[in-house]
Amino acid sequence: MSDPPTSHALSPHSPAVGAAAPDPSSLLPDDEPVQLLDDEGVLHEVAGYPLDLGAEELRQLYRHMVLTRRLDKQAINLQRQGQLGVYASCLGQEAAQVGSAWAGAAQDWIWPSYRELGAALVRGVDPAALLHVFRGTWLGDWDPRATGFGLISIPIGTQALHAAGYAMAARFDGADLVVLSYLGDGATSEGDAHEAMNFTGVFQAPCVFVVQNNHYAISVPLAQQTHAPTIAHKAVGYGMPGLRCDGNDVLASYAVTKKAVERARDGQGPALVEAVTYRMEGHTTADDPTRYRSDAETAEWQGDEVRTRASQLREAIYDAPHGDPLELFEHVYVQPPASYDEQRAQLRAELEQQEP
Amino acid sequence: MSPITMAQALNTALHDAMAEDEGVVVYGEDVGVLGGVFRITDKLQDRFGETRCFDTPLAESGIVGTAVGMAVYGYRPVVEMQFDGFTYPAFEQLVSHLAKYRNRSRGHLSMPVVVRIPFGGGIGAVEHHSESPEGYFAHTAGLKVASPGTPSDAYGMLREAIATPDPVIFLEPKRRYWLKEEITWPVEGTPFGRAVVRRGGTTASLFAYGPMVRTCLDAAEAGEAEGWDLEVVDLRTLVPFDHDTVTDSVRRTGRGIVVHEAPVFAGFGAELAAQVSQRCFYHLEAPVMRVGGFDLPYPPAKLEAYHLPDVDRILDAVERSLSYV
Ligand SMILES: Cc1ncc(C[n+]2csc(CCOP(=O)(O)OP(=O)(O)O)c2C)c(N)n1
Repeated sequence: MSDPPTSHALSPHSPAVGAAAPDPSSLLPDDEPVQLLDDEGVLHEVAGYPLDLGAEELRQLYRHMVLTRRLDKQAINLQRQGQLGVYASCLGQEAAQVGSAWAGAAQDWIWPSYRELGAALVRGVDPAALLHVFRGTWLGDWDPRATGFGLISIPIGTQALHAAGYAMAARFDGADLVVLSYLGDGATSEGDAHEAMNFTGVFQAPCVFVVQNNHYAISVPLAQQTHAPTIAHKAVGYGMPGLRCDGNDVLASYAVTKKAVERARDGQGPALVEAVTYRMEGHTTADDPTRYRSDAETAEWQGDEVRTRASQLREAIYDAPHGDPLELFEHVYVQPPASYDEQRAQLRAELEQQEP
Repeated sequence: MSPITMAQALNTALHDAMAEDEGVVVYGEDVGVLGGVFRITDKLQDRFGETRCFDTPLAESGIVGTAVGMAVYGYRPVVEMQFDGFTYPAFEQLVSHLAKYRNRSRGHLSMPVVVRIPFGGGIGAVEHHSESPEGYFAHTAGLKVASPGTPSDAYGMLREAIATPDPVIFLEPKRRYWLKEEITWPVEGTPFGRAVVRRGGTTASLFAYGPMVRTCLDAAEAGEAEGWDLEVVDLRTLVPFDHDTVTDSVRRTGRGIVVHEAPVFAGFGAELAAQVSQRCFYHLEAPVMRVGGFDLPYPPAKLEAYHLPDVDRILDAVERSLSYV
């Protein structure tokens, strides 16, 4: 357990149940996704989305995007070499992830899905730890409490409820803390995503849902996922604002998420940010995207390639052995059942038999 | 001292746990102002306020999924599924997350969460209100599964469940909510994994948990007329399972009969029978008999009495066991 919650006083943190419903028009997204950088890379000011970043922070954003791209490429290569079982690339989504994650403060939390290498790097998660999940050495190997980066979650949309619960807890505890819940466009169809948004709306929990609309859920395009005008429009149904940004514009992704984060920090409840982007790679390394989309479509989204090398990651993964099989019994329970002694002994005996 | 019901014992356990530990929060559907449809959370909101006992939107997956997040934060959520049959929307959160979280995080994130479920039949309820889902949960590594058979155990086991650092599926035998018992306070927490012999005997051993404990005691009493001296063992927790008490009992009586409301096929009784036959093979005078519901979807209320195990069905099984000589 982390430090026990300190205070449960009713006010001022009591659930806002019964609070007046907001005016729906104030919740609607802008007609066009917010863009601060145009296609030529020229910065434009957009009213309501001020940019509060100095030169050093801008460099850091760029650095993290480059790092993400290099490590992502490296991961794909590692998979091709048989070092990883599978990998879900975030190529094309670096700006959406780095920009949105940058909007969180040190104490804030991110609950990712499985494609958030960029967000993980921003939170200081060791990329090798992340890739060990895809290698299968362990199921999750970083301390979420040390990084504010939760476990990756493969059952689609389920992690949104963990984010919602954490945000509810923070609100009841009166903590200065905002939760960023990462989802894909497909995940917005899942019941758990709906329940998470509804819960955070009802309890006015400080949770920002960052939906990376990369246009595909494996092969299924957005149009088959929802008949809503945009994903951001769904927010209205939960009484929270829906915001849209150009997810390929790191500054827009940052500024729009930041606005939602500040609102939440200010006690104004959850928000949904739709970052419009594109998945340049297949769904995972096991996917063949030529079966459902054209090269021409992908080419339209193609940006400038960044060509660099990453060798450190390779070393951390290359031929890394799996751990001690007996550790399998180690973490399931704090207080394991007696049957574990017997079964551990059985496995030990089987292992000894294998050794000549 | 006047006797109290199992429902009151559970309410008192929640109350005492909340008073003792600020991190304990109770939530679910209608558990706040109403105090729960069975009043198990009665007056907790009055006493502890709306951030410690509160109603959620109507969404079971949401209730269990947010409990995972609240536990990561540091709370000890005790959530209620309104009825057994409405636990299924939360199945994924229970199996894919609550049960696995500690393991997936390599021990970083424990899940001190209790999921309370009023379960079982016998109250003439409408469809989906009489299910016995314990087998699903006992089969899921990472969960603990408990079901009290008496009011004082209801108190002691719920306190233990809340204090346990692992996730506990706490199955409350709803037909026994009104069962009364004189309780001598204070009641200590009842350690998990310790079955209890409710009635000593020599003819055969009856094994039960939750709602069937009372039924087995009734059967043992009725069996006296046949000249049978039946032992009744209350398992209390299915996970962890108390091998010692179970095998000790069978080694003494030579015969085991396991009783539950759930359908017999692939039910928890199959696990018990297998464990006993492996551990007490040479002590057994007869195969372990299983008594349960039929392999049917839970029947309509007017027919449930035909489905549920009762004293006669239990005594028939005793007779079948005794026919092996
Ligand atoms: C509950 C569940 N159903 C199906 C799957 C199989 N699956 C894995 S990823 C995926 C698509 C998810 O799409 P989206 O939410 O848009 O995220 P993206 O992969 O595009 O980042 C599917 C169907 C799953 N992991 N979980």
